[in-house]
Amino acid sequence: MSEPVIKCQSVYKIFGANAERMLKEANGNVDAKTFQENGCIVGVNNASFEVSKGEMLVVMGLSGSGKSTLLRCISRLTDATGGKIFIEGQDLLNLNNKELIDLRRNKMGMVFQSFALLPHKTVLENIAFPLQIKGIKTEDSINKAMDMVKLVGLDGRENYFPRELSGGQQQRVGIARSLAVEPDIWFLDEPFSALDPLIRKEMQDEFLRLQEKLQKTIMFITHDFDEALKLADRIAIMKDGIIEQLDTPANIVLNPATEYVRKFTEEVPREKVLLIKDVMDEITSDDMGDIKVSKDEIIENVAEKILTQEKTVAVTDGKNNIVGSINPAKIINTVFGGRKNNH
Amino acid sequence: MELLKKYPKLFQWLFLLAVFFALCFAIDVPETYKFIRGQAEFVKDPNQSAFVFLGKEVRYYAFDVFWRLPPLLGWLPIWINDSLFFLMNDWMPMEFWNEDTQEYKTRPLVLQITRNLTAFMTFLIELIREILLGGLETIVAFTSWDWIDANPWAELPGLPWTIVAAGSAILAYKLGGKGLALYALLSMTYISIFGQWKPSMQTLSFILVAAPLSFIFGLGLGVAAYKSKRVEKALYPILLVMQTMPQYAVLVPALVLFGVGDHAAVIITMIVAVPPMILLTLLGLRAVPQEVIEAGRMSGCSNWQLMSKVLIPTARRDILIGVNQVIMVCFSMAVISAFIGAKGLGFNLLLALNQLNIGLALEAGLCISLIAILLDKMSLAWANKQVDYFGNLNFFQRNKNSLFFGIIVIVGILLAYFGSIYFKDGYNYLFEVPHNKGISTADFWNKGVDWIFDTFFVYIKAFNTWLIVDVLQPMRALYLRMPAVATLVLVVGAGYLIGGVRSALVVCGLTLFIALSPWWDRALVTTYMATFGVLVSCTIGFTVGTLCFQNKHSTNFMLNVCDIFQTFPSFVYLIPVMMLFGITDTSVLIAVIVYATIPATRYTIEGLRSVPAGLHDAATMSGVTKIQRLFKIEFPLAFPHMMLGLNQTIVFALFMVIIGAFIGTEDLGQYILKALSDKKGAGIGLTLGICVAFIGLIFDNLIRTWVGQRKKHLGID
Repeated sequence: MSEPVIKCQSVYKIFGANAERMLKEANGNVDAKTFQENGCIVGVNNASFEVSKGEMLVVMGLSGSGKSTLLRCISRLTDATGGKIFIEGQDLLNLNNKELIDLRRNKMGMVFQSFALLPHKTVLENIAFPLQIKGIKTEDSINKAMDMVKLVGLDGRENYFPRELSGGQQQRVGIARSLAVEPDIWFLDEPFSALDPLIRKEMQDEFLRLQEKLQKTIMFITHDFDEALKLADRIAIMKDGIIEQLDTPANIVLNPATEYVRKFTEEVPREKVLLIKDVMDEITSDDMGDIKVSKDEIIENVAEKILTQEKTVAVTDGKNNIVGSINPAKIINTVFGGRKNNH
Repeated sequence: MELLKKYPKLFQWLFLLAVFFALCFAIDVPETYKFIRGQAEFVKDPNQSAFVFLGKEVRYYAFDVFWRLPPLLGWLPIWINDSLFFLMNDWMPMEFWNEDTQEYKTRPLVLQITRNLTAFMTFLIELIREILLGGLETIVAFTSWDWIDANPWAELPGLPWTIVAAGSAILAYKLGGKGLALYALLSMTYISIFGQWKPSMQTLSFILVAAPLSFIFGLGLGVAAYKSKRVEKALYPILLVMQTMPQYAVLVPALVLFGVGDHAAVIITMIVAVPPMILLTLLGLRAVPQEVIEAGRMSGCSNWQLMSKVLIPTARRDILIGVNQVIMVCFSMAVISAFIGAKGLGFNLLLALNQLNIGLALEAGLCISLIAILLDKMSLAWANKQVDYFGNLNFFQRNKNSLFFGIIVIVGILLAYFGSIYFKDGYNYLFEVPHNKGISTADFWNKGVDWIFDTFFVYIKAFNTWLIVDVLQPMRALYLRMPAVATLVLVVGAGYLIGGVRSALVVCGLTLFIALSPWWDRALVTTYMATFGVLVSCTIGFTVGTLCFQNKHSTNFMLNVCDIFQTFPSFVYLIPVMMLFGITDTSVLIAVIVYATIPATRYTIEGLRSVPAGLHDAATMSGVTKIQRLFKIEFPLAFPHMMLGLNQTIVFALFMVIIGAFIGTEDLGQYILKALSDKKGAGIGLTLGICVAFIGLIFDNLIRTWVGQRKKHLGID
């Protein structure tokens, strides 16, 4: 496997006057309470993970859980207090200012919760901004920005000012701006949290469509567990600065690591999250019907088909090889079983 | 007892007032006490006591300490003065190369620095002035007088007024469209036809140097303060004092440092105009959302790019208010600095006021206001300008303004040339209408004033007499009747009740400074005039503001009126009141009231506007009447903002009271004006200025503390 794009090793972010000294004295054993008594607030506590190329890691947590702080450490908008961060093998914390600016100009894009558009620039100028900062000629940058306008479906509004746009449209501008320099790494900080539910769903679909096309390495911050399930390749759930669990959506739903995580998974409709491959059994010698289902289907989509069979059904991979089996009882068990409150 | 528990604050205030009045009655007026008129205290008198401190002798009339504190700080002005002279004349003499005499000369360092600074300013002003009006100085600066004598042709010719007028119209069109262009053309033409061209251009050249320099320094220092806490802390006290310091008072020390003339005026203007620019820059930068800064950083901005392309443009709104303030202050100073020999409209205005030629003063004042409004609107339009990327324009379209200007220049020169043939013997009106050779309406206005005066003399006089005898004199007497101790108790007590010990200490310090200066009586008179002005202004402003707020159109109309009135330089306000009330306290007070009503009205409207719409609806749904809503919802919520308006009203009123010295008042302003013509006036002027600033700061501190608590209480921002 190639080198991970983002790699964090025991990253700490502690706010306060004596943060660094206290961290040293704590010897890798940071307790939020003792720190708080000494006037320090722990933002990120011992975060270690990797994100590989083209992967989307969603960091989920409630407000104050340190998820935004973690993102800001990785984009170095704030300097981490301890630990190491590597971006494509480069030691982020050791970059000097010029290298950091270079990295941001060419490799990173970021979308913000409250859009963070420049109020004095039009849609087009906002999108062209990172390009102009790089020193690209006005004409070229405007042409490129125009392409981005089309990509996010804002054609015809390129000369509007941010204040003249709706929230969803403003965030499209934010997305277009973050993509203008064609970054490899894409940071999104609660990009859809400030939007109405309907618009949010629309933007999520749009976002998935874009990602299908662009295949960026993504860190996506959200406080919405459903959003995390919908978008993520892997989810990191944070609480009080600590990553409680980092796993695929299916594993988080099926095997919550802590009580805290389990609470989130309780209300989740599993058939909408889990894929056949997450619950399938090994190939059996049972009599299997003619129907086959793909292992990458969401359960909800094929449940009816399987349940009406009353027989074990073969599961195939992309090349139509049989890789497993699933019987109706398993489906029923997955959908209705295993949830305390539903008994 | 129950009442006491319910309203503890009320009783504390009542107690404070009771103590205050008890002190007032308990302490009798000493028999020897009388208000010192004129400059009597500078005259030696055997009744005076004296003490010596730091080698400076201070003479004063001694009273019971409860009645008036002795002027223990009386040595301060003399000391400041001597220090300044020492700095200028004796400190760090060094050898400097002298261009004119081609030899080394010994000069004190500070003198050399200030002289170089003034030379630079003079050069800038002369350069612009000679482009507009023509002259030799700029060429001399690059060559020498000998060279000029040898080459008599070498002279900047100056632009014909037609070119300047049309040029400003084109510029205005480019920046702000047709309306602004029309305004520019009309006002420039007016200025020319009415024979105010030369002084107007002199004033303009002064402003075109002072305003950009103030802007650059203010912005630069504001950015520095934003970036470094230390810079901000160092600047803060200066900013605070300069906010309430009357512009007059800065003139005197600057006179010593920089001498007399336009260059000194520019430097003083900068001293006055930079602080508000710094404050507003800082305010604007602080208000930029964190995420916008992060977005800039993630776009790969260097620090410089972040500041110039993200922070400053995003903070544009506040910075523009700063620019507006700078321009206002510049025009205000353009008049005031005529006292120290700046040329231009201000000089004419003062001269006309001195001769009581109201018509002439009115014309000069109108010109100043016209230019002020023009520059203000143009700077605003410039900041809001947009670029069109998809214009796909051809060469002509892209450069039409420049081309048009080129044509105008040619036409203007041709016109001026024909003019020189046509008006062979007299003045070339197509080149420049000489001063006082244009149309003048002065006679008309003067006759009008005379007519008004003759017709309404009885009524005006009766009103005047009534106001002075029945209102102002008793009020003034009451203020002067306050024993110093009682005043201190009242002010410090108020400070304690509003802001606790900290506030009480600050206020106490400020008051003590004034009480220990030799001018406590004068300060009381200043305070009395300001109080009267503020009371009336606030009553008018709050009422008008509230009434106008009832209707959207009248709200906007009133805000626009406030905008325009604010652009007038403060001196202009003296013209119409002098027309009607002559040289009396009434004139000053009415000018104060008119001037100070602007912020009172504006802040009332803005305060009422800031009440959230949701609350408005909630109130309506609770079934309140309009009146109930106003008193139960809108006033309580808008009150903190309205109090900030009161704060501004006090500052405006103090400024105007001090300027009123020009008409003849017996307060601190009178001494400041006198210090201007005094060779040793620098220390006195500065100390007096600080006294006035402190009066403002006492109120400022109390009001701001109260507003801060109230806002916290109401949960507004």
